[in-house]
Amino acid sequence: MKDRETGSLSNGVFHDGNKPAAEGTGSSIDEAELVRRRVRLEEQLSALRPVDSKPQNAGPVVGYGQALKLGSEFIAGILVGLGLGWALDKGLGTSPFGLIVFVLLGFAAGVLNMLRSQGMVPQRRVKPPRD
Amino acid sequence: MAGDKVDPIHQFEVKSLIDIHIGGLDLSFTNSSLFMVATVATSAIFLTWAAAPRALVPGRAQSIAEIAYEFVGSTLRNSAGSEGMRFFPLVFSLFTFVLVANLYGMVPYFFTVTSQIIVTFALAMLVILTVLIYGLYRHGLHFFGLFVPDGVPWYLVPIVAPIEVISFLSRPISLSVRLFANMLAGHIMLKVFAGFVFSLSALGTIGVVGAFLPLAMTVALTALELLVAFLQAYVFTVLTCMYLNDAVHPGH
Repeated sequence: MKDRETGSLSNGVFHDGNKPAAEGTGSSIDEAELVRRRVRLEEQLSALRPVDSKPQNAGPVVGYGQALKLGSEFIAGILVGLGLGWALDKGLGTSPFGLIVFVLLGFAAGVLNMLRSQGMVPQRRVKPPRD
Repeated sequence: MAGDKVDPIHQFEVKSLIDIHIGGLDLSFTNSSLFMVATVATSAIFLTWAAAPRALVPGRAQSIAEIAYEFVGSTLRNSAGSEGMRFFPLVFSLFTFVLVANLYGMVPYFFTVTSQIIVTFALAMLVILTVLIYGLYRHGLHFFGLFVPDGVPWYLVPIVAPIEVISFLSRPISLSVRLFANMLAGHIMLKVFAGFVFSLSALGTIGVVGAFLPLAMTVALTALELLVAFLQAYVFTVLTCMYLNDAVHPGH
């Protein structure tokens, strides 16, 4: 995952730097090389992403269900964060810091929930070498 | 509805049918309880009756029972593997309960059990507690590896782990709110449009002609609500299977 991300980054840097370089000295990396890299990156990324089998615009019925689904996922994260923060403050007397920290974490969890329910968080099944 | 006032919320009112008070607790048998009993009785009696012939070539009723069985079975096997099949009775019961309760809600004058958040929350807690208890029993403390995704650098663990814990704890809420909100919103919408028919037709001839528009809308919404009834039972089942997968294989 990590080296692929840096790959995408360096690709972008090369792409940006291409224009001034092309009219000047003539860069060592030509257009075809860049295209090839972009295609390779696209392949690697699409291998990581789950296959999107859902129809993109399937009418208002699906949209209504989708809205309720995403809404409930997001709200649930915030509510749990709020509850945990409030309970922590109540128990430890750390008011208001528990609430602040846990509501922010709840927002993050809500976003994670939403992305996960849309299948946009890749499930990494490969074990890391240290494990 | 009181008089000619249209009240779309009235349908969700819980009324006590038989008052039972034990030790200061209100354990009255309400219309909600009545429809829960009816839901369980209907699904149990129908499935027993449908499966009774045990024909090699199934009849209509046996076909329905077999389709339901195979649908839940394949969903569970696909998401939790064959090891997850030990939860089949639980998942199948949840699926039939939610489906039959949703469909009962579509009958006029009937009470929609799944439009009460406490009912859907109890169902969701049943799922999550099963995941938690079975996961801890089966994998011990390794179960908590669920909260530390693979490949996370150690310095990010203090941030990522609480987020994953909150995400896990929010599952019963989102699971129950989704089913409850869908049923509640759908039934209120249906009642509001049906109420338009009623109040427009009170305005005289033009009103009666105009009332055909919300009437057509009500018919369309009824079809939509039938779809939602099936869809939400399906979604509840699929999510239950995904969560049970975490109990069986926490270290994914």
